[in-house]
Amino acid sequence: MRIGVFVCRCGTNIANTVDTEAVANKALEYPDVTHATDYMYTCSEPGQQEIQQAIKEHALQGIVVAACSPRMHEATFRRAVEKAGLNRYMFEQANIREHCSWISSDIEANTRKAMDLVRMSVEKLRFNQPLFSSYVPINKRVLVIGGGVAGIQAALDCAEGGLDVVMVERESTIGGKMAKLDKTFPTIDCSSCILGPKMVDVAQNDNIHLYAYSEIDSVSGYIGNFKVGIRKKATYVDWDACTGCGLCTEKCPAKKCYDRFNEGLGTTTAINIPFPQAIPKKACIDADYCRYFTKGKCKVCQKLCPTSAIRFEMEDEIVTEEVGAIVVATGYDLFDDSVYGEYGGGHYPDVISAMQYERLLSAAGPTGGHIRRPSDGKAPKDIVWLSCIGSRDASVGRPYCSGICCMYIAKQATMTRDHLPDCNCYVSYMDIRAPGKNYDEFVRRAQEEYGVQYFRGRVGKIYPKGDRLIVQGADTLLGIQIEIEADLVVLATGIEPSDGARGLAEKLRISYDDYGFYMESHPKLRPVETNTAGVYLSGVCQGPKDIPASVGQGSAAAAKVQALFSRDTIETDPQVANVKEIACIGCGKCIDVCPFGAIQWKTLRDGSQKAQVLETVCQGCGLCNATCPPKAIQLQHCTDDQILAEVNALCG
Amino acid sequence: MAKRIAYYPGCSCSGMAIEYDQSTRVLCDALGIELVEISDWNCCGSTPAHSYDPLLGAALAGRNLAIAEAQGFDVVMTPCPSCLRGLKNAVKVYEERKQDFLDLLQMPFSGRIRIISVLQLLYEDVGPETIKNRVQYPFTGKAIVPYYGCLLTRPPEFAQFDDPENPVSLDELLRAVGATVPDFAYKTECCGAAYGVTENDIVGKLTGRLLDMARRVGADAVGVACPLCQQNLDLRQSQVNRYWRTKFRMPILYITQVIGYALGIDSERLGTKKLFISPDALLRDICKHFEKVDESHLG
Amino acid sequence: MKSEAASTPEQELRIVGFLCNWCSYGGADTAGICRFKQPTDLRIIRIPCTGRMDPLFAVKALIYGADGVLVSGCHPKDCHYAVGNYYARRRMEVLKRFLPFIGIDTGRFRYSWVSASEGQLWQQVVKEFSEQIHRLGANPGLHEKIDVEASLFLF
Repeated sequence: MRIGVFVCRCGTNIANTVDTEAVANKALEYPDVTHATDYMYTCSEPGQQEIQQAIKEHALQGIVVAACSPRMHEATFRRAVEKAGLNRYMFEQANIREHCSWISSDIEANTRKAMDLVRMSVEKLRFNQPLFSSYVPINKRVLVIGGGVAGIQAALDCAEGGLDVVMVERESTIGGKMAKLDKTFPTIDCSSCILGPKMVDVAQNDNIHLYAYSEIDSVSGYIGNFKVGIRKKATYVDWDACTGCGLCTEKCPAKKCYDRFNEGLGTTTAINIPFPQAIPKKACIDADYCRYFTKGKCKVCQKLCPTSAIRFEMEDEIVTEEVGAIVVATGYDLFDDSVYGEYGGGHYPDVISAMQYERLLSAAGPTGGHIRRPSDGKAPKDIVWLSCIGSRDASVGRPYCSGICCMYIAKQATMTRDHLPDCNCYVSYMDIRAPGKNYDEFVRRAQEEYGVQYFRGRVGKIYPKGDRLIVQGADTLLGIQIEIEADLVVLATGIEPSDGARGLAEKLRISYDDYGFYMESHPKLRPVETNTAGVYLSGVCQGPKDIPASVGQGSAAAAKVQALFSRDTIETDPQVANVKEIACIGCGKCIDVCPFGAIQWKTLRDGSQKAQVLETVCQGCGLCNATCPPKAIQLQHCTDDQILAEVNALCG
Repeated sequence: MAKRIAYYPGCSCSGMAIEYDQSTRVLCDALGIELVEISDWNCCGSTPAHSYDPLLGAALAGRNLAIAEAQGFDVVMTPCPSCLRGLKNAVKVYEERKQDFLDLLQMPFSGRIRIISVLQLLYEDVGPETIKNRVQYPFTGKAIVPYYGCLLTRPPEFAQFDDPENPVSLDELLRAVGATVPDFAYKTECCGAAYGVTENDIVGKLTGRLLDMARRVGADAVGVACPLCQQNLDLRQSQVNRYWRTKFRMPILYITQVIGYALGIDSERLGTKKLFISPDALLRDICKHFEKVDESHLG
Repeated sequence: MKSEAASTPEQELRIVGFLCNWCSYGGADTAGICRFKQPTDLRIIRIPCTGRMDPLFAVKALIYGADGVLVSGCHPKDCHYAVGNYYARRRMEVLKRFLPFIGIDTGRFRYSWVSASEGQLWQQVVKEFSEQIHRLGANPGLHEKIDVEASLFLF
């Protein structure tokens, strides 16, 4: 191999503390080096031209540039050598600035160190191989997991751009948590009035195929070519035949079923449609409550259904969809407030969660929008909100702020004062966190115009006194203990990741944090991407956020998908693992350790099993390389030979 | 069940609260647990020792543990929550400053000994189910409210037992002996005992609140597991009555006395005579009920 | 094949660093950008992830005469490849226990976690480790006692 070495002076950045000329001269002594020189600014246009010229003049086959960090300019120099006709991977960069000239002023020692670093790069380069990217076609369909507002936005934006969208929703209707809300802060917009039309758009858009009451069963493949198994859970109703007339729900005799949509405040029937605006508006039987399933006879709905849509024999069904990208928008669940035994959530009927209160406020809710205590149906005179239930409390494993509770408390208190002007509203808070457009003004309005009484401090306990509740706590600003007699206590429960979020993450091979929120690629600069190429995040599944932020991230995820799909093929990074089949002993250890599922079994014609790397999935970490007992699997451009060549250059 | 554990009575249980000590010993005996008093035990240090010198205070309590270890025990039980805290603190300080601690102690110490309260022993090691099966005189129809006080389950990293804010162990033990256990919201509220000498008003107010709540939820008695709580609620009732103009006569019984009585141990041996507000009427009721049932069987 | 190592003056020793590209290599860059002065003994080899780090690299370096080996990567939980550094941590722990068996002082090997933003921490790690290696002095090496190549076959 004929190697050229270029030592950059970087103005005085390097030349001040490294004798670059001596380094270049010394390089000429190294094996295969046929050309070496130093230059003022190697990364500049003339600097790059000098390299390109030298490649032609001296017929160089590999280039070493000793300059700044490769994290800075490796891409620049790779392009430069590629323009001169070399393969871009026949290039190595020695870092003699950040790791050498800048961290010591001893010229002699620095020069010696720079020589070593160049030597290491030369020795490594001697083992470099030209590498070539491959191109794989993209299947331009996108899967959206979760039909809350974030998922709906992502799906609509993708469909708008002409993409085929597959949406999977776990419940029997889309809409998510937002569909349960009465109003939204800080504008007091009616939630179903702004979400409803979007839900209808999803139903009517020809580009969107909706699987409601379905869950992700399996995911395989890689960016551009995922294969997804979707489990369509049995609804016991043929949705092609069901017209959503609701006759069955009127006549169903099992009327004492837990109403999930109303957070258990009311009861519903075993066959039901969650709410009038449900999309799709189809009935679904809850087998836990259905008399036919629990007692063996009933079938009233079957007898009544005008379209004969009831199918008691229905079973779960798995369908396979092929997509090129996946948007995860699985949203959140609310913290279980019964963890705080001292507050009596789930124990005292008039201690309710904020989502339950939201259902009380909703005109479509169990009380028709009238605020009534669950215990006796009376209108409350005093209501206390407790903030941070399952937020900012390490003792229940939720040290993070849920970010939305301060705002929805202000909203609920404001609306309560509108509904019941004589009702006293108290809010116990730790800090008020209202960092959004018009947010703080909204909280101020609740306090100043609506007369909601805020006191700073934690509540210690709640206990009944007659038919009322005593809320006992501290006002830490006044430094006094306070007791409030209340008719109703609302626990502002915080956000936690959706039930089953971890299991789904493992299927998608994306990572999650301690609590189960999905990890983005970079907390600031890549908030929508995951470390698995082709899988994007949207909404609260990535971390607590409010509706505008969720919608924004939904659109951002759609933009990422559109950017990916704007090309027909994906260029892969060739710095990936590669199996030398003759050496592979088929132990499968690499398959076990690969964090990305990038290695699979391959059966040769003689029947033997070998590991095979999926180039498009491999991220090039090299974990398999270090694990492989016979070293049959090698990370290209960072092989054992190359690393040992560097070690030998130093210690040989 | 021959189980031998080290027993640390502490100062309260060898003085003011001798009936707690007596009832603990006879109950454990009846349950087949052999309590071996730590030989030559000394004060746990309580509040004064650690306020004066945290390390010295910890070593003072640690000496008792070291002796128990030397006697070959791996569990030490104390009825007093304050002693419990003191002993557990010794292990905590030992973990943090091993060498300093050992230099002061001048005895071998491993820090591996398990320290529990009598309540934890009854709840975790014996279990409500076992107790339920051995009850002879059930407290049927009697409402007893559980009162844990401030220290028994807190601070949680010390206690490592039950829920710090809403404990249920005492509730379940009381239920096991057949008592009705009303919701008692003040089960972990402060009784004000620390101000017993200096600020009588505060104690009167706090204790009064507890008794008032107990009365309102329909309690016939209060079940406690702390000598100071017992003393405060029991001894102070006349003071409270003066302060609030009330007429409380609420018996305050140790959980060991309640269980012991339910198991058929003679009230004399349980030291119920030592209580200021006599529980005799309550206990007689239970006995009467029992005798009636018993006679019908015999007849 | 002897490198410059042999001809360097006594005060400079040979420390080989294996740094993951995403965190510690970036951290070393940050230290450079901030001009945090460091001893000059260290030579850094860039690897994609500490999970790529085969313990044999460290063993080879130490057998061939490196005076110290430093491996550094992303903090646990922050691995760019999700789990690479967990594997690395276990391997490095095993390596540490193994080194005395081949007559190498455990003090000649260290692993650390330094993120791309922790230039100051990197300076501290390099200083401490270099001082430690200087206290241990030059690696007596195995080349005089046993046949290096033959010994490597044993592994």
